[in-house]
Amino acid sequence: MKTLAANQQRDTKRPAKMNHDFLLKIELRSHPRLLSVLRGAMEPLMEVLGFSEEESRSIIRAIDEAVSNIMRHSYRGRFDRPIEVSCRSLRRRSNGKGGQGVEFLLFDRGPAVDPTKLPGRPLDELRCGGLGLHFIRGSVDRVEYKRTANTNRLRLVKYARSSKQRSNP
Amino acid sequence: MKISARRVDKVTIFDISGDIDMSNSPELRKALLHEIRDARASRVVLNLSATKYIDSSGVASLVEGLKASRDMGSRFVLFGLSASAREVLQLSRLLKIFEVRENEEQALTS
Repeated sequence: MKTLAANQQRDTKRPAKMNHDFLLKIELRSHPRLLSVLRGAMEPLMEVLGFSEEESRSIIRAIDEAVSNIMRHSYRGRFDRPIEVSCRSLRRRSNGKGGQGVEFLLFDRGPAVDPTKLPGRPLDELRCGGLGLHFIRGSVDRVEYKRTANTNRLRLVKYARSSKQRSNP
Repeated sequence: MKISARRVDKVTIFDISGDIDMSNSPELRKALLHEIRDARASRVVLNLSATKYIDSSGVASLVEGLKASRDMGSRFVLFGLSASAREVLQLSRLLKIFEVRENEEQALTS
C-alpha cells in the first residue's frame, strides 16, 4: 500500500530519491489516545539526536499539537483515518547560525486547509480555544503548509541552538 | 490521566497524574466545572506535580475552570507545574493570569 507521502510524491510526478538523512516514519490512525504513544516515541528520538530537554519539549509539543489539529479539524473526530509522520535530520542553517536541525513532515487526507485561518487568534483575551497554532508556531523555527493531490502536508523544522547535537545515528 | 479529589470544607484539591491532552481534557473540564459550579467550592486547587505534559486543549480546560471560578467568586489555584506546563502557559500568555503557587501549602494559604 502506498503511503500518504509516496502518493503525494507520485502525484506531483517528482521521482522518489534516496534520502540518507531520513530517520524515522510513523503511521498512525487518527485516534486521540495514540497521541501519547507518538509523544513517547519522539522523546528518545530527540535525545538520540542530541537536542536539549527544552528543545525536545518544543518539538514534541509542535508535533502533538499539529497531529491533534489533524484529528480535530481535518478528520473532524473520526478515529480511523491515516496520519503519517516522517522525520529527517537537516544540515546546519545556510546563514551558519544554530546547530543542525530536524524536519518533520505530517501528512493527512482530510480536506484542504484554508491558509487564511492558519495565523490563529490573538492572545489578548481570555478564551478557551485556538491555542494550538500558537503553540506550534512558538515551538519550532519553520511551519509550512502545502496541499497536493488530496493530501495535506505540514512541514515543521527545528534547529538546535546548543552545540550538544550529535551527528546522525 | 487520573484525577482524584480531596475535599476539606469548601476547598477541593484535585490531584492529577499523567499527561493532559485532547483524549482526556474533556474529563478534566467536566470535573472542574462540576466542583466550581455545582459543588460551589470556595477554592479549587490543582496539584499538577505528577503531570508532565499539557496540550492546548488542557490549557483550554484550565481557562474554563478559571473563568467559571471568576463567575462564581471562588479561587482557582495551580501548583506543581512541570517545565512543559510552565512553557505552554507562557506561550499562551496565561502564566500571570493564573494563580500559580510552588506547593500545596502555599496554594491553600495564599
